[in-house]
Amino acid sequence: MKATAHDFKNAASKALKDDNLRQALHRVETGFAGNRAAAISRLPEFHDLRDEGVAIKMHVLDHLDYYLERFEQKVIETGGQVHWCTTPKEARDTILELCRSVDAKTCTKGKSMIAEEIALNPFLEENGVLPIETDLGEYIIQLADEPPSHIIGPAVHKTKDQISDLFFEHHQKYGKTERQSDGRMLVNEAREILRQKYIDADVGITGANFLIAETGSTVIVTNEGNGDLTQSLPKMHIVIASLEKVIPTMEDASTILRLLARSATGQEFSVYTTFSTGPRRDDDLDGPGSFHVVLLDNGRSKLAGSEDRELLRCIRCGACMNHCPVYHAVGGHAYGWVYPGPIGAALDPHFIGIEEARHLPNASTFCGRCEDVCPMRIPLPSILRRWRERAFESNVTPPAERFGVGAWAWLAKHPAFYRVGTRLAVRGLSLLGGRRKRIAKLPLAGGWTATRDLPAPAGQTFQDQWRRQRGRSA
Amino acid sequence: MADSPVNVGLFVTCLVDLFRPSVGFATVKLLEDAGCIVHVPDTQTCCGQPAYNSGSRNDAKDLGRNVIAAFQDFDYVVAPSGSCAAMIREHYPRLFADDPAMADKAKRVADKTFELTSFLADVRKVTSVGAKFNAVAAYHDSCSGLRELGVREQPRYLLASVEGLEVKDLEKGDACCGFGGTFCVKYPEISDEMVTRKTSDITATGADTVLAGDLGCLMNIAGKLKRDGSNIAVRHVAEVLAGDDGTPPIAGGER
Repeated sequence: MKATAHDFKNAASKALKDDNLRQALHRVETGFAGNRAAAISRLPEFHDLRDEGVAIKMHVLDHLDYYLERFEQKVIETGGQVHWCTTPKEARDTILELCRSVDAKTCTKGKSMIAEEIALNPFLEENGVLPIETDLGEYIIQLADEPPSHIIGPAVHKTKDQISDLFFEHHQKYGKTERQSDGRMLVNEAREILRQKYIDADVGITGANFLIAETGSTVIVTNEGNGDLTQSLPKMHIVIASLEKVIPTMEDASTILRLLARSATGQEFSVYTTFSTGPRRDDDLDGPGSFHVVLLDNGRSKLAGSEDRELLRCIRCGACMNHCPVYHAVGGHAYGWVYPGPIGAALDPHFIGIEEARHLPNASTFCGRCEDVCPMRIPLPSILRRWRERAFESNVTPPAERFGVGAWAWLAKHPAFYRVGTRLAVRGLSLLGGRRKRIAKLPLAGGWTATRDLPAPAGQTFQDQWRRQRGRSA
Repeated sequence: MADSPVNVGLFVTCLVDLFRPSVGFATVKLLEDAGCIVHVPDTQTCCGQPAYNSGSRNDAKDLGRNVIAAFQDFDYVVAPSGSCAAMIREHYPRLFADDPAMADKAKRVADKTFELTSFLADVRKVTSVGAKFNAVAAYHDSCSGLRELGVREQPRYLLASVEGLEVKDLEKGDACCGFGGTFCVKYPEISDEMVTRKTSDITATGADTVLAGDLGCLMNIAGKLKRDGSNIAVRHVAEVLAGDDGTPPIAGGER
């Protein structure tokens, strides 16, 4: 996916004027966040589980090589294969080669953010393997030719009317000539069309929520069961996962699963939790003929050794974006790369560079809600602040901003000048405010005064009034 | 209510110093009523948060050193702001963690720094402020106070003792108002969307007044309400707790 994060401000501006988007985003704020709060209130040990989850992930990050090698060994023992890929290109090439090895014409795909990260779909399509998304949200945005705008609700930016239009446009070729507007009818129509795709597909590609080292199993959670059909019907099952998804045991998976759905959708558990261990065995009724795990690094082993390593605890629940007022305002596409919301603002610069992603860590009020709701207690505001420091140190921060901060800091470091400067400023602003005590237009504060009045100061600083009333010694 | 006098350094905050001195005087009254001797060091300026949050760590440290030097000798440091108090209490220790000469001093000042309402309710155990204020007020929790310092019940508890005042909670009480320091000038459109949601929430309560413990949020909310022609009065919680109904509301009272 080509990064457009540098254009965040324009994209945000457009998003704010998009009524359909605003209507759709309202559901994120009320639906996801409300459901999470209700689910957590029903589980008193939720916050203890968070601590357990954090401990599991930190232990894994300290012993990443050990658990990955153990995972590979178990995958081999159960008849599968692990492909270690350092770069997105290696991962794409590996997947294409695997597809070609079974003469694949089409492949079905479960939801995977890693597939987005390596821009898998356009690559497969260019090389003669047609990918078909089977997660309903992913299917919708594939028809719309758009990237996901949310990590668990990829089409959350679409209204029902827009989906209705998309299906009407794209499903005519399947003989669906009637425009459906009822939600259930739309789902049924997609289900009917996807059913044949599952049967026709040569390869099924899924992501993974966990890779379990003790058994070599990969785990996905879905609400539609699309993952199960994707991975069991075709000849080959390819799992694409980033390396920090590994955890030691089944027990660990069960601990983190108790956090995942509650944090994500407010469900106690996703409707389907699917464990895949190797290809079909002789006495299995169904299952893929071969089983491959494409393990992507893409900078993560370096990240694991950096001060931002806590980012690798992320279990991709989406709670941070579901609770982010900036995400609520502009939606996911404005962020301009794969991962939106607070986790994206903290993570994306690692992939696309701080110069490209400069706005993302800055477009936050540090309100702290993301850290508050993160099941893995990732200190997102602190990581965003570190990006601001790196941007400042490497001169990525724009000159005007550097000058403004520098000037204020200089004044504040010189209390005598500060007193005189603030005394004059306060007097001037107070005169501008006049009897109404507010300022409707002020040079250099145009961003504020375009939509808000600036409350005017009283005319004298507190310090001056205090000294006058109580004398210098008080 | 209070046993022995304690020496409190008032960190008045730059916004209060410049824009709303009445909050400073209300704070002094509340602290003195709670048995404190209030000191206002004249070398204080800014806590350094704008620099810290803009990535200018060295400027933030310089300003932090200034605050620590000005306030280290008091029993307590109190600020009428969750945001500035959190900067000193939560972030100074992190800022100076790798600076052996400063780490201990920063920690000591951090541990004795409090946001005003939490100092009154939690430290000085104030149960009633003996004030009168006729209003129906919606209360906005500022993000730093709420999430970094756990300030939520303290202002409500103290406001409950104000005669004539009814306090209403917002439907989305934990949502940010969109001020965010320099955020509101760097991303004004997003900030405006956030404050618009906040003022709609405030208006929906039917309150005639909105209160909060941070002047940044209040100036943002007042600026939006007034631009939209609202009559809702905007005030700092300290003013109401001190019974100051003589000072005109933030951004004026009239439309």
